[in-house]
Order: sequence, then C-alpha cells, then structure tokens
Amino acid sequence: MVNYLVRRLLWLVPVLITVSAVTFIIMRSAPGGPWDTDPERRQVDAATEKSLNAYYGLDKPMWRQFYAYIIGDTNSQTKEWVCGMICGNLGPSYRQRGRTVQDILFAPPEGKNFWQSRFGYSMRLGVLALSMAVFIGIPLGILAALKQNTLIDYTALFIATSGISFPSFVLAIFLIIIFGSWLHWVDIVVDDWTQIKYWFMPMIVLGFGTMAYTARLTRSAMLEVMRQDYVRTARAKGLAERVVIFIHMLKNALIPVITILGPALAGLVTGSFIIETMFSFPGMGRAYVQAIGQRDYSMIMGTTVIYALLVAVANLSVDIIYVFIDPRIRLEE
Amino acid sequence: MPDTILDVRGLETTFKTPDGIVHAVNGVSFELMEGETLGVVGESGCGKSVTMLSILGLIPSPPGKIVSGSAMFDGRDLLKLSAEELRHIRGAQISMVFQDPMTSLNPVLTVGRQLTEPLMLHLAMTRKQAEERAAELLEMVNIPRAKERLSDYPHQFSGGMRQRVMIAMALSCSPQLLIADEPTTALDVTIQAQITDLVKRLREELGMAIIWITHDLGVVAGLAQRVIVMYGGYIIEEARVNELYANPSHPYTIGLIGSLPRVDETEHKRLFSIEGVPPLLLEKPVHCPFAPRCGWAIERCWNENPTLESIGPEHRVACWVDVKKGTPR
Repeated sequence: MVNYLVRRLLWLVPVLITVSAVTFIIMRSAPGGPWDTDPERRQVDAATEKSLNAYYGLDKPMWRQFYAYIIGDTNSQTKEWVCGMICGNLGPSYRQRGRTVQDILFAPPEGKNFWQSRFGYSMRLGVLALSMAVFIGIPLGILAALKQNTLIDYTALFIATSGISFPSFVLAIFLIIIFGSWLHWVDIVVDDWTQIKYWFMPMIVLGFGTMAYTARLTRSAMLEVMRQDYVRTARAKGLAERVVIFIHMLKNALIPVITILGPALAGLVTGSFIIETMFSFPGMGRAYVQAIGQRDYSMIMGTTVIYALLVAVANLSVDIIYVFIDPRIRLEE
Repeated sequence: MPDTILDVRGLETTFKTPDGIVHAVNGVSFELMEGETLGVVGESGCGKSVTMLSILGLIPSPPGKIVSGSAMFDGRDLLKLSAEELRHIRGAQISMVFQDPMTSLNPVLTVGRQLTEPLMLHLAMTRKQAEERAAELLEMVNIPRAKERLSDYPHQFSGGMRQRVMIAMALSCSPQLLIADEPTTALDVTIQAQITDLVKRLREELGMAIIWITHDLGVVAGLAQRVIVMYGGYIIEEARVNELYANPSHPYTIGLIGSLPRVDETEHKRLFSIEGVPPLLLEKPVHCPFAPRCGWAIERCWNENPTLESIGPEHRVACWVDVKKGTPR
C-alpha cells in the first residue's frame, strides 16, 4: 500500500511536467502576448516592451524559458538564482505587478483567512457542488431504483436526464433570469460573498450535472445489484429490508459510483471556469479565464498546474477509497 | 409417527413477462414430515425452485405472483403471513442454500459478518457471542482455522468452501427445515460428494427436515427418503425413493432414470435422452404437459391433463397410461 502510494505520487512529476509543457506550447502558439495593447490601457512602446521582455526573460529561447519556469534561472537584473515550479514558485504575474501567481491564488486579502483566497473560494464552491452531487444524487438514484417504474422513478429520471442534457451555462442563465430578474430573490451582481444565500445558485449550477450523472449511475448500479444472488441470500436470512438495502446492496452499488467521482471532479473544475465567470465569483476559475484573456503567461501556467494537481490527487483518492469499499481490490504490483 | 411440518396445498405461482403470463407452478401439493428428506427432481424450468421460493416469500413481486394455495408450517399458513412475520421465520425456522456459491455470498462483506447476521437477528446474540458461534459453525462444516477465517472475504474461499459457509449460515439458527436448491450443481463431482456427505452428517446431528432440489436423480438416491418429480409446474410423480427407482410409473421419470449412467453397465451404449425441451407455460395446458415428448401418449393425453392418482402405497402418479402394461389406466 505504502509502496503503491509512493509510486503513484512519483508519477505526479512526469504528469505535471507534461501538462506544463503542453500548456506552454499551446499558450505560446496562440497569437498575442502579455504586453498587447488593450484599449483601456496605456500603449506600450517598442522600447518598453523590449525591456519588459528582458526583465521577465521573454527574450530568451523557448526551451530556456520553459526550463526556467520548471527548474529556475538567474534573474537578469539581480543575478540571483530564482527557483521555479519545483520550489513552489509559480512566477511573477505579468499583469498584476509585484504579485506572484501563488500569492494571487493562495494569499487571502488583508485580514482574511485562507478560505477567503481565490483558491479557498473555489475549493469551497467545489466541495459544496460535489457534496450536492453525492448527497442528493446517490439517495435519488437509490430511491428511483427501489421504486422502479413508478412516478418517483420517472421524476428522478427526468431530473437526471435534464441535468445531463442541460449545459451548466444555460441553467445559470435561467436561474439568473428567474431568481434574479423576475423574483428578485438574489442580487445579480454580488459583492459580498460572505453571505450564504448567494452561494446557492453557483453551487446548484455547478453541481447539477454531476448530481444528475451520479443519480443515473446509482440507479442503474442498484438495479443491477438488486438482481444478484447474494441479495436473495440476505433476504433468505430474514434480514430487515433496511439492512438488505443499505448494507448488502448499497456497498456493492457504490463501487461504480465512486469510480466516476474522480472524473466528476475534473468536470467540476472545468465547469467552474464558466460558472465563476458568469456569477462574478471571486475564485480561481474566474482568475484563470481573465488570465487567458490577458495572456498572463505565468498565471495561465500556474493555474493549470494547480488544476492538474487537484484532478490527479482526486483520482488517487478514488483509487484509495476503492480498497476500503471493495475487498477484492488490492493496491499491489 | 412423526408430525407433518410442512403441508403445501394447491400452490400456484405465475410470472408476468412481456410475452404473457407464465404459469410456473400449477397447483402443487406435497407434505413433509419432521426430520424427513424430500428430493424434488426435474429439468431446469420445471418449477422446483419457484415452488420453494414462493413458500418463503422470496419471489420477486412483481413480476411474480402467488395466485392461490396454502403452505402450513408450524400451525401457520406461510402464504398468508405478512412480510414482517415471514421474515422472522426465514433464516430462523426455515433456511435455504442456493445453487451458485460463487455469487450467493456478498463479495464486499466478510464471511464473519454474513455468518453473524442471522445469529444476532434471530437469536439475539451479542456480536461477541455471535462471532464465537460463527467460528463453531465454520468448524462444524470442516473449515480449517475457522476463527481466523471469519475476517476473510468470500473471494478468499474456494467454491466448495463457500458452499460450506452457505450451509453453516443456513443451519446457524438450528432451523426445522433446510431447503437446498441445487446446492451441488455448480461444484466439481468430488466436492459434490463432500457436500452431500456433510449434509448427511449434519442431518444426523441436528435432525432437521430437508428439501433437496436437484436435477440429478443420482444424488437424490443416496440422500432422500421420498422423491417428488416435477414437470411443467406440476408434480407428476411422487414415491418413496426405493419405490421410485424400482417402479417408475411416469414416462418422464422413466426417461430421467434411463438417462442416468450406470456403473454396472457392461456394454457401452449411448446414454438415453428425452427428446425435446420442457414447455414454456404461457397458457395452462389442457393436455398433459409431457404429451409432446412422450412415447406412450394416447388420445386422452391430448384432451385432458391427468391428475395425481394413487397407484400404490405412498406412490402417486399423474399419467393416463399404465406404462408397465402399456394400456390406459
């Protein structure tokens, strides 16, 4: 088990380097750059641009820049060695002068706690959305399976199918129009995210698709398990229906559901880019979208790496949870 | 004279399928004495398992439905009991062992957990008492290192061992009746013999009555006192085991016995087989269900379904033809 964990964690290194390399190549192939003229900003003249490029090392060859990002390089002015990503340094932001990427993502505003940082906000929203998917999706799926071909089942299936077919941004617009414009229950532009009531809409929009998928998968897994011989054995022993369902059936039915939680988290990550932007949510996803628009190279790289790390860790956690739920699985050679 | 412990009368079970209503069990009646072993024989799909599952309320409903009948056990009609009342009988007074030991145990729960469940439920044991008893039960079915094996999962046991675990589980609350639904069919021949020997020994020790469902007449011969032969959801012959082998009186029974390989056979002949397949009973037949496959069939067989009639002491058969003489009864 420990061996396996160490091996899996070591695998993260090539994964992150590959992700960085691909991002780096795509980012640099895209037209434009961080100093491009922006109608709302002052123009950057050729001489300034040259010195900026020199300051940030953008005048060096591509491979050198990549190496500098991952491993580190000597600063062109101070001649000091600056360690790169391997030391947790995600580099200075090109657009927010004087702040590093890790500072922008992880440091909370003055006087606030860690959960008020951009990363903290996104994590909280993600955990809420995932909890909604799990704690509503799984019971909904169980209920639908137990009441197969009844009104309850059809209602659950309808919710699940619409959740899968509706893109989250469409759902977001609907909710904003209904609850924001028509009913005036929530403000459309929120500036105070400490109030819980504002969190409901982004949470629902972000978690709905995953919840729907979880419900469908739980339903079909339960229906499959219900037909198994060991369920008949459990009933033949005279066990109460409650025990048959929650001990004998559910533990088996959850195995496929847990499998999709890793990919589901990846789905939540990509969903967060759109949702955070639509709701002006002060999280990492919106910062990411802004960074792409501004060609803030180091922000793009840094945020991508963080997201890649999150997804990889989530998948690893799923594989570990597996061992505890399915005794037939062993994490060995 | 021992008492009757189970008395089934006129049991009818149907299943709703997309093709129509399948009549799986059609008015089955039989009784079982205390401590007796009854063999129930027939091809796959003849209603053997469904009969027993109906009695225990284990038919998935829908699509299954018990249309009529009664099953008196311990002074109560099992078919009229509420689900909750029946639950207290299942696993405690009547328990069941199933065909496929590979799939009949829950793969994600330890054997110990599965063995202790009925003990804690029906005998109100504490976890500790139940675990001790579970270890004894595993020893009783000859599983070595019983105590350590309680924390193992079913996949760590072989097929034969799993069936032993199933038997231990079924007998854990000392039931008056054990229903074994083809318990040896999925096992190797050598393991089959071990399991039947084990059941014989436990029957001596514990004295429970047994209903042994099988399609193997050979197994029944060594185990049962009385045999019921089923075909198409009907009982077509019933006799004491020696009588049945010496004097089979239904063409189907004759076919079944004829298709057994014999050790005393000197010349090598092809094994006999009954032509055709058992019927899928979408309608209750007006004729004898076996008529389409029967070599003795006469006109009456196509017009009337024979009823079970007594032809000797404790020997009943449902056939219009006296196969011995080859003449109508």
